[in-house]
Amino acid sequence: MEELIASVIRGLGIGSTYALLGVGFVIIYRATEVVNFAQPALMILGAYFTAYYVFNLGLPFWVATLAAMVTMALIGAITERIALRPMVGEPPFAAAMVTVGVFIILLIVAFRLIGTTVITVGDPWGLERMDVFGIRIFQVDVAKIVISMVAISIVGIFLKRSRVGLAMRATALDQEVALAQGVNVGRMFGLSWAIAGALAALAGMLIGTGSGGVEATTAFIALKALPVIILGGLDSIQGSVYAGLIIGVAESLTRSYQPEFAPILGANFDVVVPYLIMILVLMVRPYGLFGTPEVQRV
Amino acid sequence: MLAISNLEVVYEDVILVLKGVSLSVPEGSIVALLGANGAGKTTVLRAITGLLGVHRGNITKGTITLDGEEIHHLDAPATVATGIGQVMEGRRIFTEFTVDENLRIGAHTADRGSVDGNLDRVYSTFPAIAGRRTQVAGYLSGGEQQMLAIGRALMAEPRVLLLDEPSLGLAPLIVQQIRDLIVEINQQGTSVLLVEQNANMALSIASHGYILETGKVVMDKPAAELREDEDVREFYLGLREEGAGSFRDVKHYKRRKRWLS
Ligand SMILES: Nc1ncnc2c1ncn2[C@@H]1O[C@H](COP(=O)(O)OP(=O)(O)OP(=O)(O)O)[C@@H](O)[C@H]1O
Ligand SMILES: [Mg+2]
Repeated sequence: MEELIASVIRGLGIGSTYALLGVGFVIIYRATEVVNFAQPALMILGAYFTAYYVFNLGLPFWVATLAAMVTMALIGAITERIALRPMVGEPPFAAAMVTVGVFIILLIVAFRLIGTTVITVGDPWGLERMDVFGIRIFQVDVAKIVISMVAISIVGIFLKRSRVGLAMRATALDQEVALAQGVNVGRMFGLSWAIAGALAALAGMLIGTGSGGVEATTAFIALKALPVIILGGLDSIQGSVYAGLIIGVAESLTRSYQPEFAPILGANFDVVVPYLIMILVLMVRPYGLFGTPEVQRV
Repeated sequence: MLAISNLEVVYEDVILVLKGVSLSVPEGSIVALLGANGAGKTTVLRAITGLLGVHRGNITKGTITLDGEEIHHLDAPATVATGIGQVMEGRRIFTEFTVDENLRIGAHTADRGSVDGNLDRVYSTFPAIAGRRTQVAGYLSGGEQQMLAIGRALMAEPRVLLLDEPSLGLAPLIVQQIRDLIVEINQQGTSVLLVEQNANMALSIASHGYILETGKVVMDKPAAELREDEDVREFYLGLREEGAGSFRDVKHYKRRKRWLS
């Protein structure tokens, strides 16, 4: 029982970082109808900058985290301005291909910066554990869950309540009408990338905490955000959150129990579980669990 | 005064849609712009409000000025900031937003301090939607949606309001209501450019009217004269003599000659 709960919590921890990435995808998709494949590269650079600010500039961990989020928000907005803005009016598929190009470029930059080493981000959790109702769990998992959910809630409240958030939602629904209300639609595109960049940086930091550490190749792991948005629906923030957590837990449970109960599937089977879920969802509900049906025509 | 002079608009670089349109909306007036489907009425409004780009359109000639200042090079947000508000063809409210949110987005460029006061003002002008502030706008009736669209445009306190076929698809009684509301808005100091196919309604409240036909202004007269004009009565007010031919049967050159004289 204890092992099960520990496994679920580990899954929720990693799943909430997937949720962060997924929410970034959804925000960009809703504002611009572009599927942003560069998100994992933004994540890895976010982890790099957190580590850089902690170890090279000597900033306190939390300050470094915020600084890395700001850095990646800027990089996100700049990317949108120079690479994606010229694609406005082109088919979404072409724009998505541009983001693949951006992914590769940013990944190469990340390889240059990080090299082949594993970087840690100087987090206060390390391998500390804590007692919750008599169960020993890793602090880092709790930190991942709490920080991710707080960040996503802040974004949600911003979208729901603020003037700019309203303008972003209006842009997502009908760009021409938003323009007619005086909304600077281009700025909303940039802002959606900035938010996605900041969330990706936070996810990168969280993945780098605990026993983890981050390599440049960790970016490929972050491609799990794709199954997350497929499961959650491309246009649903809530969907991303649930889907992130579901996939995290599914992965974690597989890692815990599959070697024992289904050894025939071989080692590291958990790695493919998110993609199996994705394929299954695509077959039965192509617009995801929470998405709007029309959105399936990407 | 909003003034358009010799405006030429091209879509997709080749489709010439406006061929030298001139018209003006004097301060405090209601001006009607009439014309059949495809005449270019909506295109005139897009040109004024900086929305041609969205439709791959371009101004190739002419000027648009507001109180003497050229505004035709401004993008949509900048146009809104000069004090031009618009109600787009087909209402175009955000059906997934609440009524309140629809109005608030209209105040995007307005002073934050003015928003609550303007909300109250709009709700008192349109009591029909006041009781439904937190409801999703998609559930409103057609007339209520049109009122919401007008209210949204008023949230930015425009000096000039452009209305694109506000009577479209509404029952006669609702059209009357909308007409009275336009008069009321005008009396509060907003100039109105009213694009309509319902010439009856438009000419009953406008002081001046223009008739647009395939991208050209073919008539430009005080509304009272247009109401009495034989051709206008026939083609736009639907008051034609029994047995007379349809619009298409009339020889084009004959009408043109009269209108240009
Ligand atoms: N984006 C576009 N690309 C090409 N042609 C266009 C475009 N938009 C409009 N047109 C053409 O321009 C002409 C004028 O269109 P416009 O919408 O301005 O007419 P309208 O007077 O508003 O008509 P309606 O009464 O039907 O609304 C039409 O022939 C139309 O087909
Ligand atoms: Mg039109």
